[in-house]
Amino acid sequence: MTTTVAVADGIFEIRDGKPVLLGTRCTNCDNHMYPRQTGCPRCLFNEQEDVELATEGTLWTWTVQAFPPKSPPYLGPVGDDFVPYGVGYVELPGQLRVEGRLTISDPDQLQIGMPMELVLDPLTVDEDGNQVVTYAFAPKNENGDPS
Amino acid sequence: MSDVAIVGIGMHEFGRHDGISGMDQGVTAVRRALADCGQQWSAMEFAVGGSMDGGAADTMVSRIGLTGLPFTNVVNGCATGGTALAQAVNTIQSGAGDLGIAIGFDKHEKGAFRIRGPRGKDWYGGSGLALTTQFFGMKINRYMHQYGITQPTLAKVGAKAFRNGALNPMAWRRKPLSEQEVAESLMLSYPLTQYMFCSPGEGGVAMVLCRADKAKEYTDRPIYLKAAAVRTRKFGSFEVLAPSIAIEHDPGPTAAASKAAFEMAGIGPEDVDVAQLQDTEAGAEIMHMAENGFCEHGEQEQMLANGETEINGRLPVNTDGGCLANGEPIGASGLRQVYENVLQLRGDAGERQVPNDPKVAYTHVYGAPGISGVTILSR
Ligand SMILES: [Zn+2]
Repeated sequence: MTTTVAVADGIFEIRDGKPVLLGTRCTNCDNHMYPRQTGCPRCLFNEQEDVELATEGTLWTWTVQAFPPKSPPYLGPVGDDFVPYGVGYVELPGQLRVEGRLTISDPDQLQIGMPMELVLDPLTVDEDGNQVVTYAFAPKNENGDPS
Repeated sequence: MSDVAIVGIGMHEFGRHDGISGMDQGVTAVRRALADCGQQWSAMEFAVGGSMDGGAADTMVSRIGLTGLPFTNVVNGCATGGTALAQAVNTIQSGAGDLGIAIGFDKHEKGAFRIRGPRGKDWYGGSGLALTTQFFGMKINRYMHQYGITQPTLAKVGAKAFRNGALNPMAWRRKPLSEQEVAESLMLSYPLTQYMFCSPGEGGVAMVLCRADKAKEYTDRPIYLKAAAVRTRKFGSFEVLAPSIAIEHDPGPTAAASKAAFEMAGIGPEDVDVAQLQDTEAGAEIMHMAENGFCEHGEQEQMLANGETEINGRLPVNTDGGCLANGEPIGASGLRQVYENVLQLRGDAGERQVPNDPKVAYTHVYGAPGISGVTILSR
């Protein structure tokens, strides 16, 4: 059976088949940071706590990666197997805007302000046969059902 | 700040030069800058130089002269050239030297710049997020949405760059392209197409600077540095290669560097006769017009439609073809802009000379991870 593994430790956890982003909150000014870090660039305070970030938000801006990135570092398919993907920032209300891949790469289906939610996005299969995944944002199904 | 003058300028052609190292191009630029003001290397009291991929600038002394001068290497991303210039100015103003040279050169591999992930294991690059082109697409896409800039205006910027580049014998891309050709080229990072992006390139620029009161000893046409300011990002600014950004908004390092430079020079944007603005891609030129104070956000649509930033317009922008036509050798790019402004202020810009008898000229560079450099020159 294929095991699903995150592209790196400490970035997100996989829970019930969905990613949960691991962030930091400044205990002095409430500034949220991602990925986790020590030190707050907003208030310069140095006491933070680990938090899990919101899993839904709205699309703040986006583009489409239409050509294959250099590999390495890119782990996804390149050359003739390359598949264009969206990239965007999603605003997690009251927290921050997180950059991530988008499951949609058709400009006609992407609108600034549309509701988005976190999903897992397969990148590659590693030498042990594990499915390596990263996180991505998908349009949120308004009925609440995962599409 | 009016006590530093540029008396000599030199450039190695921008473009692709097989068999010529980045350092070679820096050395050529130095020799041309010295010749421009009739000086020998031995007269230089100090040097400041930088390159990202071309090697340590100070090693060039083994070829141009082991005179023992203090030579400072600077590496500051896309602001490397601007920082070299600012350091040269500081050196002269501090009294540590009266006559010196600022140098920038580079030679990059083909294709997009290779970027390492922010930290830890490279999940960022691995996930396909470590591309500067994505940031540029996302920043202008948001900006167009907010301020009503349209895609044809992006194409106008591209076509203007190649039109101006065609008039510049030192430019890399010298073939004019129509707005349609720019708009219909390969879509790389929506909404930006291939000809809306600059490419990593090669080139070198050097300039000889001195105390203003001694300038006439070296040239009868000195150009004075009224301001040189470098700023980095503040909390809340939207920058390249950021896995996250704050919801809080800061206008960014360009606005800060611009404000500082105008204060230093004691003038305002309305006094500027010609401007070279960082155009890593067509959208950047549009956004930087407003961030540098030359218009309100959104006014660019009409300004471009009116041709106001053309060579014969009200505020000519990127008269040498900018990064789009010259490519971007990181270490040399900021000094290229200053070189162009010196030519324009001297009236030596040939076919691309702006016709408004320019007296004040402005340069602006921007780059990762959120740094901006501005200079203001005057006759
Ligand atoms: Zn804080």
